[in-house]
This record gives sequence, structure tokens and C-alpha cells, in this order.
Amino acid sequence: MVTIETPRSPRNRKSANREKWAWLFMRASGVVLIVLIFGHLFINLFTGDGIKAIDFAFVAGKWANPFWQVWDTLMLWLALIHGTNGMRTLVNDYAEREGWRKSLNFSLWTICILLIVLGTLVTTTFDPCPDTSVVSALPQFCSK
Amino acid sequence: MPTKPTGTLYRGKTGMWSWVLHRITGLSIFFFLLVHTLDTALVRLDPAAYNEVIATYKTPIIGVAELGLVVAILFHALNGVRIILIDFWRKGAKYQNVMFWIVVAVAFVLFLGFAPRHIMHILEYIQAGK
Repeated sequence: MVTIETPRSPRNRKSANREKWAWLFMRASGVVLIVLIFGHLFINLFTGDGIKAIDFAFVAGKWANPFWQVWDTLMLWLALIHGTNGMRTLVNDYAEREGWRKSLNFSLWTICILLIVLGTLVTTTFDPCPDTSVVSALPQFCSK
Repeated sequence: MPTKPTGTLYRGKTGMWSWVLHRITGLSIFFFLLVHTLDTALVRLDPAAYNEVIATYKTPIIGVAELGLVVAILFHALNGVRIILIDFWRKGAKYQNVMFWIVVAVAFVLFLGFAPRHIMHILEYIQAGK
């Protein structure tokens, strides 16, 4: 459990600072995420044919422009860190057994890092015209 | 000792329920984010696989779920602004209740602007016979 120190206990400067920066990050990233996610929803779900138009070509068209590559990569990083830190708050509040709390938080940050690495590789090494030999090399039942 | 909750934002009424809603919407958005990062990663593996997976986003059931997702995002985003104002604006705590209803109203208006268009796209997709 997260212990709440008594008012007279000496201040643990290191962990207090970490919590302060986490608190500040939630607010700063939150403001940026409002712009990024509202823009994302407006372009992808509202303009044009909305969800109906989304396919590989749509994504390729967007990422042909470095502007959207940067937009989506920044959104990925901020959303995952903001979300994972929010989950950490929930875990710290509701996971009562210390071991359970620690392993949940460890899993959360592991998933966060893995998805950031995966997502960043996708947005930065994206190829709009992938090698068709790879696709045709698939077994016949895949191509229907 | 005060007999009823006073001087606290997070006990009872809108102060508490906005806190509960902020947690529930945040949790929901987080799990969607995990799925959405993974499904988008498919664009790097195989265009056909990506198209197949993203097609499920256009079905009626998931289409309605997306409306729910947008509601969650709208509330979480606007209530986040309310939280920032409570923390940094001198009169934030005083007006937290009014700000909660402004959050609900603005979210509702934005949702009304979005929902008909999204429902139309889903209906068109069904009519086109997939």
C-alpha cells in the first residue's frame, strides 16, 4: 500500500519531486493531447467519409506528409505515457497488496514502453508501397 | 466538527462524480489505446490485414461503441481542463460546480455535432454491402 506519511515525518524529497513532475506532466500533456486527439478525430472521423474511408491507402496518404507522421508519433508517446501514469494512479489507489501493486505497475510500464517502441517504429519506418513479393508469398488460403 | 461535508471538492455531488467519471472514462480510453496502437501497427506488416481489421471498426456494433468512445474522450478532455482550472485558477475551486455543468454542456453539443455524421457513415457502409 502507498503509505501516507504523518505530517511531521521528514519529507522524502526524491519521491515527492517525482510525484510533482508526474502531476505536472498530466496537466501539460493533457492540454497538448486535447489538440492532438481532437484534431485526429476531426480529420479521421468527421471530415470526408469519416470511418468509412479509413483503410491502408488513407493511412499511407496521411503519412506521406511528415506533418502527420510527427503528429501521430507525438500523440502516441503522450497518450501512452499519460494513460499509463493514470493507470498507475488507479493501481496505487485500489491494489491493496504491495506485491500485487508493484507487479501491476511494472506490467503497465512494460506495456507502455513496448507499445511506444512498436508505434514509433511503425510511424518512422512506414512504407506506403510494401514489397508485393512478400504479400504474394502468403499461402493461397490467405488471398481468398 | 462540521456535520456535513464542507470545504472539500471531492466529497459528494458533482465534485465527486466528476472524479469518478474521470477515472472510468480514463480507464476505458486507456484500454482502447492499447488495442488501437496494435491494430494501427498492422499497416507496417500487411496492407490487407490492416484493411480487414479496420473494417470491423465500420460495423454497427463497433460503430456505436465509437460513439461511446467519443463521449468518453470529450468528457475526459473537457473535465481535464476543469481540473487544470481548479488547480491553477484562483477562483477555480469556487466555480468547480458551474464548470462541471459547462463541461457536460460543451461535451453534449460537440457530441450532437459528431453523432449524426458518424451514424450516417456507418449506415452508408452497411448499405454499400460492405
